[in-house]
Amino acid sequence: MLQVNQLQTYYGDSLILHDVSLEVEEDEVVCLLGRNGVGKTTFMKSVMGVVKSRHGSVNLDGEELNQAATSQRARAGIGYVPQGRGIFPYLTVYENLLMGFEPAPGQKINSESIEAMYTLFPVLKQMRQRVAGTLSGGQQQQLAIARALVRRPKLLLLDEPTEGIQPSIMLEIAEVILKLQEEGQIAILVVEQFLDFALQIADYFYIMETGAIVKEGPIDEFNDDIAKTYLAV
Amino acid sequence: MVGWLAQLFNGISLGSILLMISLGLAFSFGLMKVINMAHGEFIMVGAYVTYVFQNTFADMLGGVDLGIWFILSLFAAFIITGILGVILEVGLIRFLYGRPLDTLLATFGVALVLQQAARSIFGAPNVQVVSPSWLSGGVNIGIMVLPYKRLFIIALVIVLVALIYVYLNRTAAGRRLRAVMQNREMAAALGVRSRQVDALTFGVGAGLAGVAGCVLTLIGPIGPTLGTNYIVDAFMVVVLGGTGSLLGTILAAMMIGIFSSVIEFSTTATIAKALVFVMIVAFLQWRPTGLVAQRAR
Repeated sequence: MLQVNQLQTYYGDSLILHDVSLEVEEDEVVCLLGRNGVGKTTFMKSVMGVVKSRHGSVNLDGEELNQAATSQRARAGIGYVPQGRGIFPYLTVYENLLMGFEPAPGQKINSESIEAMYTLFPVLKQMRQRVAGTLSGGQQQQLAIARALVRRPKLLLLDEPTEGIQPSIMLEIAEVILKLQEEGQIAILVVEQFLDFALQIADYFYIMETGAIVKEGPIDEFNDDIAKTYLAV
Repeated sequence: MVGWLAQLFNGISLGSILLMISLGLAFSFGLMKVINMAHGEFIMVGAYVTYVFQNTFADMLGGVDLGIWFILSLFAAFIITGILGVILEVGLIRFLYGRPLDTLLATFGVALVLQQAARSIFGAPNVQVVSPSWLSGGVNIGIMVLPYKRLFIIALVIVLVALIYVYLNRTAAGRRLRAVMQNREMAAALGVRSRQVDALTFGVGAGLAGVAGCVLTLIGPIGPTLGTNYIVDAFMVVVLGGTGSLLGTILAAMMIGIFSSVIEFSTTATIAKALVFVMIVAFLQWRPTGLVAQRAR
């Protein structure tokens, strides 16, 4: 579904991502692990086009996107949940969800799929007329995920979905991810610091160190040695 | 007592005019944070559009007195200055986002160009637009006469505010606009073409200035420097109201209007202007974000 090849991203003159290649299959949850500041978020932003990459390719379902504008990538079928959640603070919860339909121009607002989101995250239904900026961090995270999912993206990018969130909501989010995978027709790429969460949801892992992939494999090959070598602080 | 009531009406009337000239700026400055010094010139363009409309179409549309031309010129002023605004955004302001000083200078230059263009086309002296006859006179409520023109302006500004409210809060385009202004990156990541939204927003702001210009032809003669008389007032209203808040802009316009009129009643126009300025500065020292501040976690 998603194929990233030899991606190079610069901030100014300094190279942040060195030839990163990564693949996410349909119906697969891939986890990108690594210590703080190694370039995971930059990688997510590069896939989404929020940060432009000078070289390499980002290919979604056969469509080359590395030159495309961010909005065009969204329209191609990428759903993005950024670090820090990126909700629109002065829009209501409902309006935030409606913004999720932007990538499909001409597509009518589908109240069924909004209802489906309310079923996944019941708290959003209670809060639907509230201004989103007044929600708690966990509720905002659920809103950001729901907003990315309302029009069923081909690829879902989740950047640190558990950051600053209470365990009960973390559990709920993990359940939603597993449920999505079960329903199929979606590829999910998660950047995660919280190892237990990552191990619970992922099928495959990549580990990044100073802007390059240093290790990858199916999740059952992940062991304590790998954790010690690449992730321990 | 009667005097005070008259001042209250004058204040509301002045407030409605202030609001009229500030609504456009509430878009370009309030929402987009663009310091557009040419906003006053958009008002001027709107006024001249009305003038041209009267000279060209009034006879065709049943004469000056009937005023069909005037109603149509409201729309024409909106569309023509709106297009001008889009051209300015796409051709100039877009390249200066995040550089407020450069924007200020560049738009000031545009203002001078537009003023000179008006001078070259229409001549330096002021011109007069004849108002439709149904707007002359007033309604006598016993203690005072309320001029129809003033009532018309108040009614029109209410209609405009209602339309803007619906546009911002009930349409997809308005939702998109608010989303882009609140989190540009995320809006793009959801598929919004933020550049189009910028151009449209600036265009709507310019168009509203055009409508204000059209309305100002009811109050007095118009000239190439019409806009410069109003630009400071417009910024004052938007800053006092709190940027990004339509409600704040409305409150600020009405407060300034009513205070000015009431103070003017007991002193003089010059002192009133100075006092209102002092009060606004003092208020902004106390609450720098203006009357209505937006908050979020």
